[in-house]
This record gives sequence, C-alpha cells and structure tokens, in this order.
Amino acid sequence: MDRPIRVLVAKPGLDGHDRGAKVIARALRDAGMEVIYTGLRQTPEQIVAAAIQEDVDVVAMSLLSGAHNHLFPKVVNLLRGEGVDDVLVLGGGVIPEDDIPSLIESGVEAIFTPGTPTKDVINFINTNIKRK
Amino acid sequence: MNIEERLLKKDKRACARLISMLENNDEEAIKIIKNLYHKTGSAYVIGITGPPGSGKSTLTDRLTKELRKEGKTVGILAIDPTSPFTGGAILGDRIRMSDLALDKDVFIRSMGTRGFLGGVSKATWGAVKILDMYGCDYIFIETVGVGQSEIDIVKMADTVLMVLVPNMGDDIQAIKAGIMEIADVFTINKSDLDGADKTKMEIEMNLDLNEKKDYRPPVVKVSAQKNEDIDFLLSKLKDHESYIKNTGKIHEIRRRNLKTEILQLAEEEVLKIIMNKAYENDLIDALSTKVEKREEDPYTAKERIVALLND
Repeated sequence: MDRPIRVLVAKPGLDGHDRGAKVIARALRDAGMEVIYTGLRQTPEQIVAAAIQEDVDVVAMSLLSGAHNHLFPKVVNLLRGEGVDDVLVLGGGVIPEDDIPSLIESGVEAIFTPGTPTKDVINFINTNIKRK
Repeated sequence: MNIEERLLKKDKRACARLISMLENNDEEAIKIIKNLYHKTGSAYVIGITGPPGSGKSTLTDRLTKELRKEGKTVGILAIDPTSPFTGGAILGDRIRMSDLALDKDVFIRSMGTRGFLGGVSKATWGAVKILDMYGCDYIFIETVGVGQSEIDIVKMADTVLMVLVPNMGDDIQAIKAGIMEIADVFTINKSDLDGADKTKMEIEMNLDLNEKKDYRPPVVKVSAQKNEDIDFLLSKLKDHESYIKNTGKIHEIRRRNLKTEILQLAEEEVLKIIMNKAYENDLIDALSTKVEKREEDPYTAKERIVALLND
C-alpha cells in the first residue's frame, strides 16, 4: 500500500485516562500511520462523525471506565447505520476477559487489554485492513 | 450515484473520500476536480497561521461557531506535520473542535504535510476546491505551527490571519522578514496574559513603518479559551473580505495564488521527469562518484542531466 493508513484514536466515555491512547497513537505514528486523535470524552456520535469526515481505515477506542459493553457496540452500530462497512473497529483498555466474546460478536474486530505489545496492534491493523 | 454526484448532494462521505483520493494522487480525483472546477470560486478562504501552541485550533473552533450563528456553512482543513522519518503523523487539531463534529454544516478534515514544507500539504490546494464544490461558504485552512518562514498559506488564502501570543520575543521579532509580512489581520491570543498590550504595540509600530496603503492590517486582542472578542475578530476578517471584494483586489489575489498553484503543478511534473532521467541507469550515482573523485565538477554533472531532457 503506497498510502498511509489513517486511524482515529478516540476516547469514548467519561474517564480521563488517556495515557494508553497516547501510547498507541505514538506507536502507530512511528509505524507510518496518520493518527487522528479526538481527545477525551467523545460520544459515539462524535466518534462516528469524525471517522466519516476523516475517512479513516481504523477506529481505535480506548476506554477504562467500564462502559465498554454499551459504548463499543454503539459505535459499530452507528457506523453501520451510516453505511460504513470498510472501517476496522478496535477496542482497548481494562476489559474483562468475559466481556470480550460478546464485544467481538457485536462487530468490534479485536480487543487489546493492558500489557499488549504495541507491535501486536500494528500487526493486527496491517493484516486486517479492509481497504486497499 | 457516483462520487461526483454525491459530493454535489453534500454527502460527507463522498467529500471525505475524494480528499483521501486526492491526497493519494488518485487520477480519478483529478478528473472530478477538472469536471467540477467551473463550480468553484464562491467559497471564501481564510488562512490561519501562527506558532505552535498559539491557539490556532481553538480560535478556528470559535470563529466557526460565530459563522454558524449567521447560518454560514464552514469547511476546516487542519494541517499537522508528517514525520520525515516514518511518514506517520499525529493529527490533533480536532481535539479543540469536538463540539463541531456533529454540526451537519461543518466539515473538518485533518491532513498531514506528507513531506511538503511551507506549513501546508500539497493536497491542500485541491482539498480547498473539493470543499468549495461541497458547498462551504467559508473555508479555514489551519497551518502547522509555523516558525519564521513558512508562508505558503498566503498562496492559498483570500485572507491571512496571523495568531500570536504575548511575550514571544522582543520587538526585533516584529520587524523580521517572512511570516510577519503576510498577515491581513493580526490577532494576539491569550491576551489575558501579561504582555499582550506590549506585543500589540510592537506589531502596530512595525505596521507604522509600512508604505502607506488604503488597507492597514488590524491587530486584535482576543482570548479563544475564554471566548472573548471573537465576534470582533470575525468582524475584522470580514472587513478585509469586503475591502478586497469592493476594490476588486480579490481577483488580483486569486490570480496570483493560481499562478503559484499552476507553476507548482508544472514544477512537480518536470521534477518527476528530471528525477527519472537522473536515476535512469544509475546515472546520478555515476556522476556523484566522478564528482567526488574530482574528475568532474557539480555544474558539468548538472549539465549532463539537463542535456538528457532535450532528447
């Protein structure tokens, strides 16, 4: 691919812990991707609007407040509602193991929990990107 | 419906995709711009430039909200630097514009410079046209944080707003050449900080030394964070707009800008031809080896490459 992959790094929910999001943003930048960082406390609607205007390949959400079961699927559904089917949706943060299967079922393509090497995230994106 | 029709129907996804295609040098995007170029020219383009951290994004957000009160539609191109090492970028201007994300009459796009110097990206010229076709009344181009000489914004915008903050340096900074020469409107942001009046005075004194003209750039103190005097700043931007429209100067400015754009496009094409010739059969390697051994000089080597262009 001779174009940079564009990734929206977003913080849905009300927690203010964006260290993880920033580490991921920086790692993706160093992997040659264009990272659009939205900042804290974004609603699913804001995230989807930004994803559309920025024409991203990936929406990567980081959440540590525990509201992942509500907010992650909502973003997936809003994207589908807008007819967007070529964006990879990823989630990260403190997500209990038990919650992961249902999140994957809802259409989030991968969940990365604390301790994941950033290399794994980069590889996942490079392998699973939906647009050429 | 194809992407061209969707763009004219104000489809945000079509607009967004077209900008991506253009950024990625897709011929299809060029074709669409060619087809629709006759529809452009009605959007008014305001360049917002200034040093890193001076508040360009916050100010863009506030000015957009003022324009929205008047029912104007707004497009924003926010540019941040691309890494010269990895090609990656952190585009973080949206952080200050969160409230605007859901406004259906505002379109915000972040762009990396992708190797282009001068404070903007190569695709910015085309992206402005796409936003114009999409139907924006006003387009803001927010440059990367600039130093002293990144002045390409002046070649794209109808009005240039220079954002400064108090205490950036002594009064010599104000009389230096480059960035201080391109502003149509100056604003001193964060003017609740100490030193705002002094900064304003230094810029005014510098303007006093300009050749007397019928338009003098105003210097406006604001606080974007506190949303203070943004309406006044907008009125000053509009004064400049009225001035260049009423005097017909806008045509002069746009002709000058288009001249640069056309030459830039031509230059790019010619450069490609030169590069192809230079790298053909590793010519450039052979020449640089010769020059290093003092068997030939750089000027003769250059002449050998240029001679190939006439073949």
